[in-house]
Amino acid sequence: MRDTVTTPALPLGDDALILSHRLGEWAGQAPVLEEEVALANIALDLLGQARVLLSLAGDEDELAYLREEREFRNLQLVEQPNGDFAHTIARQLYFSTYQELLFEQLADGDTELAPLAGKAVKEVAYHRDHATQWTLRLGDGTDESRTRMQHALDALWRFTGEMFEPVPGLESLPWATFHDVWTTRITATVEQATLRLPEGPQRGAWTAGAGRQGLHTEPFGRLLAEMQHLHRSHPGATW
Amino acid sequence: MVTTGDTTATRADAPTSAGRPTTAGTALEAELLALAGSVPDPELPVLTLAELGVLRDLRLTAPDRVEVELTPTYTGCPAIEAMSADIERILHDHGIPDVEVRTVLSPPWTTDAITAEGRRKLEDFGIAPPRPAGPAGGPISVDLTIRCPHCGSTDTTLLSRFSSTACKALRRCESCREPFDHFKEL
Repeated sequence: MRDTVTTPALPLGDDALILSHRLGEWAGQAPVLEEEVALANIALDLLGQARVLLSLAGDEDELAYLREEREFRNLQLVEQPNGDFAHTIARQLYFSTYQELLFEQLADGDTELAPLAGKAVKEVAYHRDHATQWTLRLGDGTDESRTRMQHALDALWRFTGEMFEPVPGLESLPWATFHDVWTTRITATVEQATLRLPEGPQRGAWTAGAGRQGLHTEPFGRLLAEMQHLHRSHPGATW
Repeated sequence: MVTTGDTTATRADAPTSAGRPTTAGTALEAELLALAGSVPDPELPVLTLAELGVLRDLRLTAPDRVEVELTPTYTGCPAIEAMSADIERILHDHGIPDVEVRTVLSPPWTTDAITAEGRRKLEDFGIAPPRPAGPAGGPISVDLTIRCPHCGSTDTTLLSRFSSTACKALRRCESCREPFDHFKEL
């Protein structure tokens, strides 16, 4: 039944939902209180996006809590574990730069996604700014922070190619241009942070990139187990 | 605390600066709109919903039925449900049994929709009001002056882009050394 859902709201909603959950895992763990609050606020913005998008695709609770792993259509990038703070920032930099480009374009279009995109793009601009400022601070910081930031950028690089595979239902968007502009923006930030752009391939035999088809990485199952267990253990629970 | 007699929020307070005035057709609709607009924001109770600029429309679709359009400040704003419940309650108390509050996203809310009175109240409350956001295009430069709401100094520093809620940033005044929230431009 749920296999019949084909709206592009589903993969984009899954991106927002899963990244929101990952950022929520920082609660109680962030390096400083301000970042605890910042990451929770970004998670809340993403959860708001997810609720609107999944509601366009069906019943938001059913889609979030009752689908199996292979029914999720999110990018593999957003399901990657938080790692250290630099990993989380690298994931934020890659994803928010992409999401801003995508939502800018959708906001100007006439699809059912336009109202949400027009609303969320203004919030995402703050997410991208947050990630950019931290990349500069960690990259152009101490030897330790610089090493970790570079390592994080390198480690997540192979998950970035998937972002530019056309989302089913949105094939008419300028995906090649997204990739070019994204690369230009990431390069500018990375260079300003005195770091180097990762050199490995973004797509190919040794890269990730089947999240949109429902294939996910090993940590995703554990994320779902935690995210879904309350709803599955107590169906229809309210408080 | 809002009572049904508190109708201080009039159409003059409705958000017009963003070019999207709330609409009211009949005198009764105007009265009900003012009533709904007088509901305090659940998270910033110094502001009413009219001053925040989140009430988009109110229509009587039958003698005992009202439809209200509300727009969230942020997509994930958890206060939207409390706002809806408060609007339903105040209109029920005013004799409208059937109230439907719908959430609309487009056109997106902007901090430019906060009224002049709303900005003054924010500052009195210790929150630096948002600067003009202008056309969409992301965060405006942090170099533009933000005044300390406590001492009025313009020598203030950004501490964190996200504060107690997504709509605020945390700053510190370098003159009086007090931290304060700044309502971010959106």
